[in-house]
Amino acid sequence: MKRRKLDLAQVPANIGKGLDDRYQAATPLRGLLNKVFPDHWSFLLGEIALFSFVVLLLSGVFLTLFFDPSMKEVVYDGPYTALRGVEMSAAYESSLHLSFEVRGGLFMRQMHHWAALLFMASIVIHMARIFFTGAFRKPREANWTIGVILFLLGFFAGFTGYSLPDDGLSGTGLRIASAIMLSIPVIGTWLSAAVFGGEYPGELIIGRFYIAHVLLIPGGLLALIAAHLGIVFKQKHTQWPGPMRTNDNVVGERMFPRYALKQGGFFMAVFGTIALMAGLFQINPIWLFGPYLASAVSSASQPDWYVMFMDGLVRLMPAWQIDIPIGDGYVIPPLFWPAVVGLGALFTLPMLYPSMEARRLKDHKSHHILQRPRDAPERTGVGAMAFSFFFIATISGANDVIADKFHISLNAMTWAGRIGLVLIPPLAYYLAVRICLGLQQHDREVLAHGVETGIIRRLPNGKFEEVHQPLGPVDDHGHPIPLEYAGWVVPKKMNRLGALGPAVKGFFFPVEKPVEAPVSPAVPPVTGSSREEITSGR
Amino acid sequence: MTSDTPAGRRFRVFTRRRSAPSRARRRIGAAVRMLAALALAGGVYTAFAPGAFAEDDRQLSTAAQEGKALFDNSCITCHGRNAEGVEGRGPSLIGVGSASVEFQVGTGRMPMTRQEAQAEQKRPVFDETQTKQLGQYIQEIGGGPEIPAGSLTKDVESDPEALAKGGELFRLNCAQCHGNVGAGGALSSGKFAPSLHDPTAEQIYGAMLTGPQNMPVFGDNELTPDEKQEIITYITTQIQNDKDPGGLFNLGGYGPATEGLAIFVVGITILVFAALWIAGKS
Repeated sequence: MKRRKLDLAQVPANIGKGLDDRYQAATPLRGLLNKVFPDHWSFLLGEIALFSFVVLLLSGVFLTLFFDPSMKEVVYDGPYTALRGVEMSAAYESSLHLSFEVRGGLFMRQMHHWAALLFMASIVIHMARIFFTGAFRKPREANWTIGVILFLLGFFAGFTGYSLPDDGLSGTGLRIASAIMLSIPVIGTWLSAAVFGGEYPGELIIGRFYIAHVLLIPGGLLALIAAHLGIVFKQKHTQWPGPMRTNDNVVGERMFPRYALKQGGFFMAVFGTIALMAGLFQINPIWLFGPYLASAVSSASQPDWYVMFMDGLVRLMPAWQIDIPIGDGYVIPPLFWPAVVGLGALFTLPMLYPSMEARRLKDHKSHHILQRPRDAPERTGVGAMAFSFFFIATISGANDVIADKFHISLNAMTWAGRIGLVLIPPLAYYLAVRICLGLQQHDREVLAHGVETGIIRRLPNGKFEEVHQPLGPVDDHGHPIPLEYAGWVVPKKMNRLGALGPAVKGFFFPVEKPVEAPVSPAVPPVTGSSREEITSGR
Repeated sequence: MTSDTPAGRRFRVFTRRRSAPSRARRRIGAAVRMLAALALAGGVYTAFAPGAFAEDDRQLSTAAQEGKALFDNSCITCHGRNAEGVEGRGPSLIGVGSASVEFQVGTGRMPMTRQEAQAEQKRPVFDETQTKQLGQYIQEIGGGPEIPAGSLTKDVESDPEALAKGGELFRLNCAQCHGNVGAGGALSSGKFAPSLHDPTAEQIYGAMLTGPQNMPVFGDNELTPDEKQEIITYITTQIQNDKDPGGLFNLGGYGPATEGLAIFVVGITILVFAALWIAGKS
């Protein structure tokens, strides 16, 4: 019998054929692997959020293996001497155990926390990119709304996670959350009692927050992230305007292999950055905060940065209390307006913005081409207004730290925040609109007249003028025929047109040898032999 | 009261019990009573009133005399002659004790650069001996709390509970203003609680005892000397030594404020550059 010869080169093909015979996967996979994604650095900002969510899931699973979500009172007897013999909850004790005794535990805790901060930060940056480029327009309004809900879910995931270790800082945050619930008219007391299982703090809250933090909220996040990506996949990614790019096509790289490889590399970059920060920067040193005691509140007790805007609004709110003399009397405390109404408005207004803009512009067409911020000045102005409001509120959330470290009166910081919250957003709107119009104007000028060459010409009548290089064809008199404004980068320097040799490629260092500058035949270059050293003559 | 003479009236009161004495006897008796009353009044006054020159009689010790010379040069403008204070400039120092002087002068807060919300800590103007002399002077003229001699910290080896106890007391009494990590914090209108990373055990003890600037006084009834020593032990071993795992930088210990800054300045910046780099590789 003749032995069959094994052809190694044929093995993958054979396996692939075998799989396809059984599962008919080739045709759908071909479509998937050939799917084209447009390439631009700003399209990778959302990926930072996705990848940090992956890190959150991985590090979070590790933490659950050691964390005990119980408020049972125990006496600490671990290696950290500065707390030995102190009464604390089992949740806090297990967090200390995780930090000091579990191998790599503190690193994982810090990684989880930094990943959470990065998750929220990249969501905000990604949201800004979507907003300022108009990527939320039809047909992507629903995906924009999902994005806003993702931020809200992340907000609650962060807050519940912040509360779990049951240290001094997280208890202070929980107390504020309970005060916010209590401030809601009529239902406040019931709501707080329902959440805490009676009077604050009770004995249930850590267990309840735990299940919300490890199951309910991540489940919601996972489902919405899947929907978010699925919709991007189905509706295709938006792209910048440019050569060959229209509203009906997508120009970019195939998903496999280049795009997938780049994404894999970027995941490693995100993972590495989080690990770097977790290894270098201490975050949330709970052992210094001590177990939660209602009577012990530290100065500079802040929420994490993505909740800080709410804290800032609360700090800036004047003490206006409304008494309603019905029955035994109802009180609407000033806390209600910034914390409940403010938070509600800051989430609903962005959700409604796409339909508001479409209605105002009577624009009901589908848009797959992005707009540069300068090409939609009013939207850019509104965005500048919203972000400056958010920024001032966030800064005010840390106004005591800023006041202390920069030697400013805390009262002055509070008043600056109050006045700034009213004055800065309209100012930001005005400035943003003017800057956008100015940039647009300059683009249009270059399209109409050409690029400034830096060559000054003197006319026979003595007038000086700069020579412009037209970007397109010229008419009979040599005047450029105005080009249509396309909403994309206009070359504004002669070397962009190849006049001085192309710019050297490479991000960190040149990846190619610079091309020699073109030589004018009228002025031949001076060569070595015709040069003579200038001496003093002696 | 329109009778002829007051003496006549008084005389009548006494005459009710016995028959009228002779005129000469009456005169002498009145004079003796008058003298006795005057002597009594004067004696009581002398016994109870502070003598105007009584202080001058007490001799200041040599150190206090040196201190007085320094005081008269550098402090008298605001705290006045004999440290009795100047309205609108500086408070009286009678009764503040040497603990207060040693804290304020030893940390450079006094002499003050200018009148403001709170004296800033700076390089001390007086050296250690001079500070002690000033303290001695204020102590001798007005009395007040003194920093006890001997060690102001507990030995953690022999008393292992002291550290944890000090931590608990610190979080209950100090962290409200100085923060859990001892980084300091803002108070109203430009006042502040300073960072606890530099002060010595003596300075912390003196501050607790005397309540400098805007700090409340933690007298020996609020925190016993033992409790004060436990707090100092916690501050010097736990907070000042940075015995604090979790990376090379603790971001100042200002909590989520600097952590939020770091995630943008470090995390987002690195990743935006990474995105630029990766997207540029087409």
